[in-house]
Amino acid sequence: MGNKQTIFTAQQLDSYQDCTYFTRKEILRLFDRYRDLAPQLVPLDYTCQPDVKLPYELIGSMPELKDNPFRQRIAEVFSDDGEGNMTLDDFLDMFSVLSEMAPRDLKAYYAFKIYDFNNDDFLCKSDLEKTLNKLTRNELTEDEVRMVCEKVIDEADLDNDGRLSLEDFQTMIVRAPDFLSTFHIRI
Amino acid sequence: MAMLFATWKHCVYVFATGLEDEVDTFQEEHERERHRGKRRDGERAKKKKRANGERRKRASNVGQEEEKLQARREKKGRRKRSSSDQQAEGREGDEAEQPTTKSSKAAKTRKNVKNEKTRKVEKEEKEDEADDEERNAKRKKKHGSNKKEENVEDGNKHTVKEKAGEVKKKKHKKVVETSSEKETSEEEDNEEEDSEEKEVRPETLTPEELETLKEAVDERKKLIQGLRGKPWAMKKKLVTLRESQEFVEKYEGALGKGKGRKLYAYKVMMTKKWMKFKRDFENFKTACIPWEMKIKEIESHFGSSVASYFIFLRWMYGINMILFCLTFGLVMVPEALMGRPYGTIPRKTVPRAEAPSAMDFAVLWDFGGYAQYSVLFYGYYNNQRAIGWLNAYSYMVVIRTMARNANESGVGDDNSFNFSWKMFTSWDYLIGNPETADNKFASITTIFKEAILEEQESRKDDNIHLTRFLRVLANFLVLCCLAGSGYLIYFVVRRSQKFALDGLENHTWWERNEVNMVMSLLGMFCPMLFDVISALENYHPRVALQWQLGRIFALFLGNLYTFIIALMDEINLKREEEKIVKFNITTWEASLYNISASENSTAPPVTIQPADVPRGPCWETMVGQEFVRLIISDTMTTYITLLIGDFLRAVLVRFLNYCWCWDLEAGFPSYSEFDVSGNVLGLIFNQGMIWMGAFYAPCLPALNLLRLHVSMYLQCWAVMCCNVPQERVFKASGSNNFYMAMLLVILFLSTLPAIYTIVTIPPSFDCGPFSGKKRMFDVIQETLESDFPTWFSKVFSSASNPGLVLPFILLMVLAIYYLQSTSKSYKEANVDLKKKLQTQNEENKKKNKLAALKAQMDLEEARKAASPSAEHPKNNNASPDQEADEEEDRGRGQRMYHSKNGRSPPPPRHDGHLPATRAPVPRNYHHGNQGSAGYLPGFPRESEARMHRVPSLQRH
Repeated sequence: MGNKQTIFTAQQLDSYQDCTYFTRKEILRLFDRYRDLAPQLVPLDYTCQPDVKLPYELIGSMPELKDNPFRQRIAEVFSDDGEGNMTLDDFLDMFSVLSEMAPRDLKAYYAFKIYDFNNDDFLCKSDLEKTLNKLTRNELTEDEVRMVCEKVIDEADLDNDGRLSLEDFQTMIVRAPDFLSTFHIRI
Repeated sequence: MAMLFATWKHCVYVFATGLEDEVDTFQEEHERERHRGKRRDGERAKKKKRANGERRKRASNVGQEEEKLQARREKKGRRKRSSSDQQAEGREGDEAEQPTTKSSKAAKTRKNVKNEKTRKVEKEEKEDEADDEERNAKRKKKHGSNKKEENVEDGNKHTVKEKAGEVKKKKHKKVVETSSEKETSEEEDNEEEDSEEKEVRPETLTPEELETLKEAVDERKKLIQGLRGKPWAMKKKLVTLRESQEFVEKYEGALGKGKGRKLYAYKVMMTKKWMKFKRDFENFKTACIPWEMKIKEIESHFGSSVASYFIFLRWMYGINMILFCLTFGLVMVPEALMGRPYGTIPRKTVPRAEAPSAMDFAVLWDFGGYAQYSVLFYGYYNNQRAIGWLNAYSYMVVIRTMARNANESGVGDDNSFNFSWKMFTSWDYLIGNPETADNKFASITTIFKEAILEEQESRKDDNIHLTRFLRVLANFLVLCCLAGSGYLIYFVVRRSQKFALDGLENHTWWERNEVNMVMSLLGMFCPMLFDVISALENYHPRVALQWQLGRIFALFLGNLYTFIIALMDEINLKREEEKIVKFNITTWEASLYNISASENSTAPPVTIQPADVPRGPCWETMVGQEFVRLIISDTMTTYITLLIGDFLRAVLVRFLNYCWCWDLEAGFPSYSEFDVSGNVLGLIFNQGMIWMGAFYAPCLPALNLLRLHVSMYLQCWAVMCCNVPQERVFKASGSNNFYMAMLLVILFLSTLPAIYTIVTIPPSFDCGPFSGKKRMFDVIQETLESDFPTWFSKVFSSASNPGLVLPFILLMVLAIYYLQSTSKSYKEANVDLKKKLQTQNEENKKKNKLAALKAQMDLEEARKAASPSAEHPKNNNASPDQEADEEEDRGRGQRMYHSKNGRSPPPPRHDGHLPATRAPVPRNYHHGNQGSAGYLPGFPRESEARMHRVPSLQRH
């Protein structure tokens, strides 16, 4: 079946399948998508593992991410360098986590990282405000934003340190009915 | 091979016990070396120097070892070796006495291990006695490094394990490659020791070591399995994967021994093959799911709710595919192959009177003519028993899916995280279309504003009386609509019967297709009417949607049932007709007989063309025809609505916009939205009709399959090219089960009429599989009597007498009642528990708040007490009493082992354990204690002994 393609070795494909939630076909398709972003940069032969990174500008312009208010965060979280520049591995990783098959815990972990704008492992008020403003495109007044953030912290902060830790976030998110259906990207 | 085993064994022993033990082992080896002779010491030291480069991790240890070694060499001979050896021997003897069920080989291993331990103890003692300050300093240094390493180990057990694995691998490779005595690394020591051991022991592994190895391998396998769920970067995952795979590959084959080993290897191979097969199969399966890309595209354009319709459509397609296979395989194909061919018997032949027009398109379009007498309809069949399975299957599938969905949606109907959920889950990551994104942003904003308003409770109720009145009025209007549509259908069906009696040829196309057209039109316009009416009610959009769905459901259901009632009337008419025909036939046959008898008594009976035989009206075929027509016209209206309502509108809006006085795109007509709920309802009712009609027209599933196939493509195209995303995007989740529930209701309602007709109406006398029987279910009894052995029918008849059946039914009713009441109580308990949880949560919050406050106060105080370095831990939320608990625990542990240490010889059973299984965790923690107390000059031996005994104590 796959004798035609020489982009990856069979072993590479197998290990990618072990490390992601994708099938062989999907991995190849994702590679195509990745390559389509910059055909001149990405080689057609990945057997020798070339060191190629696509800049965030290209990643963020994908139709799947283009309209997402959190696209920059997503790219930053999943990229190795934290700047949003992605290798193919990062790229696969990102869509694996965002795929339908990924379990809730994994998704919750990465969702937390995405919403944690200042990378301090806590969702503090500034993170929440940023999230909310991105969600509503700054259409809420300052008072409203503050109130909503206070409500969120009041609801979800179980240890009362004024910010949400990963555990707080997980206990909150595992009970959310929509989380699994909305936190995924089909590609 | 033997050597390999020995090596493995040793590896497992050394490295699974952790690095600390390794160091001890080195010391031990040196001791032994000295026993044998100092000849090789220099050599080894050189080797070690070389090894330093290779194994940076333990370089410091080795370096110290070297120093120590030299120091020892200076003083060797001065020690009281003989006495210590004796002592060691004595201990050995003690241990040898312990009751053991293991093989001698295992015992030897243990002894060896013990030997090492005791000798080391002796050595330490020796060293302490020497009181050499320099050496003391050195040893302390060593212990410091040891501790450090252990800390690392405890902090990341995983890493260490991997490391250990790596080391093992390395060793293994070396042994395999050269297997010579002269290695360039310090591993050679181990190897040498191994070869020594090999001389003493049999070559295979002890069961415990096998166990450990097996565990390690299993752990690796688990790791590989769960790797994709680990939140690591891909690079790390890949590296771990490769390492684990190598590890598993190397050591898997070694497990098991003798005969068992072959079996094990075979098993491993088979699991590997099986995994590969599974993966390929998985790949294949995903490749087989149709329309995946189309749905994904729609999903990215319209969000998850529109896509849910298409997923539902695909699911329905799957079900119909199976239904079709069943009908086709079990009914149509056998009949077409094995039944008598067309034209052999009257029921399979077009009557003479209709023959000229039988191939006309108009007739065929109405499913008259050849179509009526074909395999498509009930009348054609001689024998038919499969339809019952269809409904059973459908019930099964729907109920199973519902249960699964209920499981999935069982979480999270409480309202405790209202705002958090809104904030973190309201964005639909699927959206990949700017317009949809705009809508989504807007809707999220309104949702937040509404929630804020609700929170502030500043919402004023405006004129409640008016709203109430309007709602009542709206419901009244809707009821009127429903009644009107019901009457209209009844009226139309009645009228069509009159037409049918007159003969269809005299009427126009409209008059012939009136029933179906009226039903489709009603189905098209009434929902719009409902929509207008519901504007009166001023409900929250979500509630309004539910009302709307309920009303449309009622409308469709009412229409369907009026249609069926009208059909019943028609059936009765046909049966009247049937009686007359029957009478005519008998006279016709009699006359035929008379003719043949009068002509020539010896001549063979005249063969009559089957086409000429008079026949009854066959009401079953008639019903089937009605259903097929209904479905065809329904499909047609759906498609036409799609084309006109969506496509034409979109075209007009798009192109007339250039020359119109207002903005058509933003203003009144605009583009249409995709109506998820309406479409789903349509689909469900269509399915209901299929289930209902499948008994009379086995071709219906095939027809439906075709329809679904076409509508998949057509709707995908239409939605992408001429619809705009919904302004208000509703949650897709949760509604799935609602659809399923409707499907189940429809399924039930659609089987009712079929069962009713089967039970009450006698089948027609000259067509269909049940011809000539009094009731359709008589066939069951007949089969029982003719096809099964006599005892079976006896059992059956005795089981079916009322004396048995009635208690059985009673029992079932009771069981149902019981189950229902228990489920109710469970539900109540569930609600109670939820409440409790919530209150608990709140209490916890309060408590935590207090604790946090207290901690803060403490912190302040501590600061005031001028300890600038006292940084409170980052995680100050851990409640202080918990910490106190931990403290207490630790104290207790200490006490415990102190008391146990009182016994001078260690409990022998601890030695039965392989050192390999020593958990590294407790060691570190005792080490910590030891650091403070263990090296008092007064208690050197005890501290050292404790160090080695405690881990095993901890395990019990």
